[in-house]
Amino acid sequence: MSKKINPIAHPRLSLNILSTEDVRRIHTATLDVIESVGVRFPSHKALDIWEAHGATVDRQTMIVKVPGHVVEDALKKAPPIYTLAACDPSQDLPMDGHHVYLGTDGCGVEVVDLFTGQRRRSCLQDVVEIARVGDYLEEIAFHWVAVSAQDCPPQTRALHELAAIWQNSTKHAQTESIVTEREARAAIEMAAAIAGGKDALRKRPVLSIMQCTTSPLGHDGGSLDAGLVAAEAGVPVGYMTMASCASTAPATLAGNLVVGNAEVISALALMELAYPGAPVYYAAAQTAMDLRTGAYTGGGPEDFLFGAATNVLSDFYNIPLSMGSFATGAKEPNWQAGVENSLSTFMASIVVSDMLLGVGLLHGSRIWSYEQMLMDCEIYSIVHKMLDGITTDDEALALDAIRAVGPGGNFMTQKHTKRHMRELWQQRFMDRRPYNVWEEKRDGARDWARQKAQDILKTHQPDPLDPKLAAELSRIIEAAERVTT
Amino acid sequence: MTDELFNAMRQAIVDGDAEQAEALARQSLEQNIDPLAAINQGYVQGIDYVGEQFGAGEMFLPDLMLAAEAMQKALAVLEPEMARRGTQRQVLGKVVIGTVKGDIHEIGKNLVATMLSAGGFQVYDLGVDVPYATFAEKAREVGADIVGVSALLTTTMTGQRSVIEALDEMGLRPRVKVLVGGAPVTRGWATEIGADGYSEDAMGAVALAKKLVGGYHV
Repeated sequence: MSKKINPIAHPRLSLNILSTEDVRRIHTATLDVIESVGVRFPSHKALDIWEAHGATVDRQTMIVKVPGHVVEDALKKAPPIYTLAACDPSQDLPMDGHHVYLGTDGCGVEVVDLFTGQRRRSCLQDVVEIARVGDYLEEIAFHWVAVSAQDCPPQTRALHELAAIWQNSTKHAQTESIVTEREARAAIEMAAAIAGGKDALRKRPVLSIMQCTTSPLGHDGGSLDAGLVAAEAGVPVGYMTMASCASTAPATLAGNLVVGNAEVISALALMELAYPGAPVYYAAAQTAMDLRTGAYTGGGPEDFLFGAATNVLSDFYNIPLSMGSFATGAKEPNWQAGVENSLSTFMASIVVSDMLLGVGLLHGSRIWSYEQMLMDCEIYSIVHKMLDGITTDDEALALDAIRAVGPGGNFMTQKHTKRHMRELWQQRFMDRRPYNVWEEKRDGARDWARQKAQDILKTHQPDPLDPKLAAELSRIIEAAERVTT
Repeated sequence: MTDELFNAMRQAIVDGDAEQAEALARQSLEQNIDPLAAINQGYVQGIDYVGEQFGAGEMFLPDLMLAAEAMQKALAVLEPEMARRGTQRQVLGKVVIGTVKGDIHEIGKNLVATMLSAGGFQVYDLGVDVPYATFAEKAREVGADIVGVSALLTTTMTGQRSVIEALDEMGLRPRVKVLVGGAPVTRGWATEIGADGYSEDAMGAVALAKKLVGGYHV
């Protein structure tokens, strides 16, 4: 039985992070960079498209310099609203600018085993089980490939991962692990099989594709070619910058936004030039380099500011946004994870980022933890409640109840209380027990989250994929395997 | 007079001022100062200071990178004169480094290469998307002590094993040590493929390289 999805919808709180003038300055600087510095597009297909549309193309360096108006005109062709379809239509996700849909994070390489507690290399069975838990949770609206199926052959790994998600969840699948044209073609074929043909897929994209840029100011050739395959099929495709202050971007936040923006909008413009009207989205997870190790930090005040600022940019271009939040740098579910994941999620949600990535990974998106996954969902539910804001209609002002109780007394036996108490947020993993109960048991959030994940895995049966479709997915993967061997 | 020049060289490195480091190198040649003395009593003093400050948390990675770049500029000026005099700078070892085939991520690899170079190693950087056999061929050609293989993708990470196999086939193992790195790489993976070392960051990689060439306790 498929579960209801409960996204953040129509937040009543708001935040002013960039003024219209600020955005204009960032946009102008971005166009200047694209036109005078250029962006590297190491794909012959991409270079041909750029050349045909009046860009200056250097075939040697594969750097493209594009007049600003070409980029602006191309971006205007991108649809502002579309729907990410699910196998179960009641789980469809309209990208309408009023919802924040949460996904799982990706793509980890290790898993803290749910039953032994040992850290080990990730495999296909983990993709299966994470998809099943994600299918159950109402906070999770769509899946990323949470961990890499490292026991599958590298050439078709991304396809096995995708099939595992579709076989274990009816929710939308977004993959970030397809980086070649060949795999993209097979993935589209799989998605078309599920949607009921190529035209049906265009109307109901049960798959979307996420590609990473190569900061600063570059792209990966395979990612570009894979993105073009998706755009041709009408499958939503996004490009994500992970520009990092002081290493792959300037040390200043505005400079980082300019570099990342140049990467993302140049790639999206390319998609629109090739296939006008193709559904695309902006994706970002900028950060600051750790000044001591050079590492991608995945948490910190800069990240939180980027989380809120980027949606202002994607709104300016009238394109949906997939924003990196959560993804703590902490090594285990702890204080750091709680602080980082709460603040990043609050900042990205209050500005209504359409897609939010994602729950469950530790150590900068490397280690999967079911405990972290469940606790991240709790963070999301807190933010969800906060963004509902405060209602001040007559019923909410509660004058009748106040009159009935008067000075002294209490509100516990009021009908008004019974009507509204379930609107109060209920914790699952926060410890609100009496001190002596805690003292006796010495357990807490991690234990309860682990127990909950174990229960879900033991009891939740996702709606099964039609066996004929499952067989068809296997056939497509086998065919792809034969091509590569 | 010479002491003043050496001090200025040291300071140019500490400031990360490549132009100044280069200009001072030229000046030392004009004054017929032994390039080895300029390196060891001037520039290396600066590198050592920056390293100490980094260790104390007073300076940051960009400071190290700027210092290393300034050092490289100075060395480029001094090297022809060293060759003419038939002297050479003592290096701790030779390292061949690159990002493995199918992978174009270079920042982490460049960081490690620069830090190794500043740390006293002769570094041969093969760039990105490097075929497995090329690592082994270059290692044989230059008589490398260490081969460093970087990978940022789970799909290209398997190429690190292939590089080790290529080194095996050429009979270079276990003499040539292998260091692996990159975001998806773990200690477990390094052990499984028979690599000699793994580090998550550049400073750790330098420490490991020093340990592998022997005699250095870190």
